[in-house]
Amino acid sequence: MSTSIAAPTHLQVLEAEAIHIMREVAAELESPVLLFSGGKDSIVLLRLAEKAFRPAPFPFPIMHVDTGHNFPEAIEFRDRRVAELGERLIVASVQDSIDKGRVVEETGPRASRNRLQTVTLLDAIAEHGFDAAFGGARRDEERARAKERIFSFRDDFGQWDPRRQRAELWSLYNGRIRRGEHVRVFPISNWTELDVWEYILTEGLEIPPLYTAHEREVFERDGMLYAVSDFIEMMDGEEPFTEWVRYRTVGDMSCTGAVRSRATTLEDVVAEIAATRVTERGETRADDRVSEAAMEDRKREGYF
Amino acid sequence: MSTAPEQVASAAPVSPAAKAEPQLLRFATAGSVDDGKSTLIGRLLYDAKSLHADALEAVTKNGEVDLALLTDGLRAEREQGITIDVAYRHFATPRRRFIIADTPGHAQYTRNMVTGASTADLAIVLVDAREGLLTQSRRHAAIAGLLGIPRIVLAVNKMDLVGYDQDVFRRICGEFRAWASRLEVEELACIPISALKGDNVVERSENLAWFGGPTLLQYLEEAPVAAGLAGGPLRLPVQWVVRDQETEHRGYAGQLAGGTVKVGDEVVVLPAGTSSRVAAIDAPAGSVEAAGAPLSIAVQLEDQLDVARGTMIVRAGEAPRSGREIDATVCWLGEAASRPRGRYLLKHTTATVRAVLDTIHHTLEVEKLDERPDADSLSRNEIGRVTLRVSSELYFDRYAENRTTGSFILIDEATNETVGAGMIDDGR
Repeated sequence: MSTSIAAPTHLQVLEAEAIHIMREVAAELESPVLLFSGGKDSIVLLRLAEKAFRPAPFPFPIMHVDTGHNFPEAIEFRDRRVAELGERLIVASVQDSIDKGRVVEETGPRASRNRLQTVTLLDAIAEHGFDAAFGGARRDEERARAKERIFSFRDDFGQWDPRRQRAELWSLYNGRIRRGEHVRVFPISNWTELDVWEYILTEGLEIPPLYTAHEREVFERDGMLYAVSDFIEMMDGEEPFTEWVRYRTVGDMSCTGAVRSRATTLEDVVAEIAATRVTERGETRADDRVSEAAMEDRKREGYF
Repeated sequence: MSTAPEQVASAAPVSPAAKAEPQLLRFATAGSVDDGKSTLIGRLLYDAKSLHADALEAVTKNGEVDLALLTDGLRAEREQGITIDVAYRHFATPRRRFIIADTPGHAQYTRNMVTGASTADLAIVLVDAREGLLTQSRRHAAIAGLLGIPRIVLAVNKMDLVGYDQDVFRRICGEFRAWASRLEVEELACIPISALKGDNVVERSENLAWFGGPTLLQYLEEAPVAAGLAGGPLRLPVQWVVRDQETEHRGYAGQLAGGTVKVGDEVVVLPAGTSSRVAAIDAPAGSVEAAGAPLSIAVQLEDQLDVARGTMIVRAGEAPRSGREIDATVCWLGEAASRPRGRYLLKHTTATVRAVLDTIHHTLEVEKLDERPDADSLSRNEIGRVTLRVSSELYFDRYAENRTTGSFILIDEATNETVGAGMIDDGR
């Protein structure tokens, strides 16, 4: 039996780091929660949580902030995945926030619930008394994220202040907070989009069918393809047509664009992502196109 | 998820036909905008084809790509034309994945450089060929040395502006080597480049035909990563106990900070000093016979012992150092200066204890590799040699031997801020 140890691959190193981060949070914070959307990044988080805590149950519940405008395939997948794991799912609903008058729905053809979900998230964190929330954000996504710590400290308003971030050295995380404050924790900060896909492939993880090519009724706006749905009004001159598409990110139907693709298997998708010349947020997220600092501004308000 | 028991956890499937899996190299860059640091990073991303079209479009003005704009971060930074904080960037080649900790260069941001350097396998110190070695470049190299980065590359930039003159490069390189020989660094390299023109960064250049060494990227692709981590003595700081009530399963979980652990190993749990044998190892790939640093694992022991978070599992006969008086080099990060004999929380691996900053022996003038005695406090960005007293026995290695079991942070309980970063020299 050989016991020589080969150098770990980059995915093994990233995986080890992420598991370490999750265990630190479980050990040092009283009431964490894991945010799961049914998207590829949070699918990876769930697998990492299994590796960190099995055979025991997760030391935290799973929560989804449901805008009510999600793809039905993502919701179906979410429920099935959580049931398979036998863990507890909390659904925080933006519709409830609207009904309670906590937020006001945008109107018109460009209306989106993307921004509203920040309030729902913060309310849910306060209601359940969570002091840490795991998210699947990555530093390669966007330039404000590139400067965010793995433990992202938030004040009682959930706000991120880039100038007052805590120093983060070695693998020593400082999760100390006062009552009312919380930390957002990003275990896969150092992963790239391609790392996430390769990990899904290596681990054989199931993903919602949205991520592989399928035929869908879409229309074109600002150079992006949107699914025809009840959640987005078409404007004059916008015509629906059927196209082979897949999604690179899975957010609201109102602000997530599809890409033309014939990649019907996971292997094909990974090959396409590896060859792509456009970032995932630039290609498929209308929420980041608002201004140069769109993400930075939303994070300051308490967004992930 | 299951793995054949004889498979070693951190190894990729061993097969001669298997293609080499890419490894991860983390490196830090230090330098100011004037040295062309932003342009260099932009050049690496651009020439390694790690840039996406929309990112490129955002920095193209009048048909010219301004590489420096690629690393622009926050709104405040763009408005003031400065870099405030560490930014982490990624690029990949077929051979390697790279994470760059891009740190600002000025003295008032020493703490940011220390942060970026803490996890780096390699540091690139940039100098302007016209200016040569400045105080700032010396400080960057000294901090890289202090943080235990095994490899420092002096990238002599803007060679185009000195006519690609070999003598200019030789002089700067010679001066650097003479000065840096006092740093405890495994390897020093000097590489001439022009980030703006693209000479010798990714592509070889006719202009620098006299240079026989590698391109910068080639050097980055060939430098060893996280050298020797799995080679040293076993260090498993326990983070968490995985307990399954139904099966009475108890797994002592943590990230291996050093060495290798095998089923059957006789191990000691510190501080209790109790011993047992490793019954099973749960690795990310499933149950394995052996696992090495830096994997996150859980071990099951043959005997029921009291093992909680904050304890450390080591192999019998390989005990680390221990003590309640710790000599360390501390970089002060806090906004307020350290308080004389101030009390702080000290987080070391998975243990948090109380500490008193007993004595400040001297502060370091890093650029001169010199010491200044008689300091009674450390202010932000200052580095000092200190002695701390801790509330309970600490089990540690010297930082030079293990960057994980040899490092700690200091936390101010009043503000919860991380105020100090420490590297252990010794203790008793």
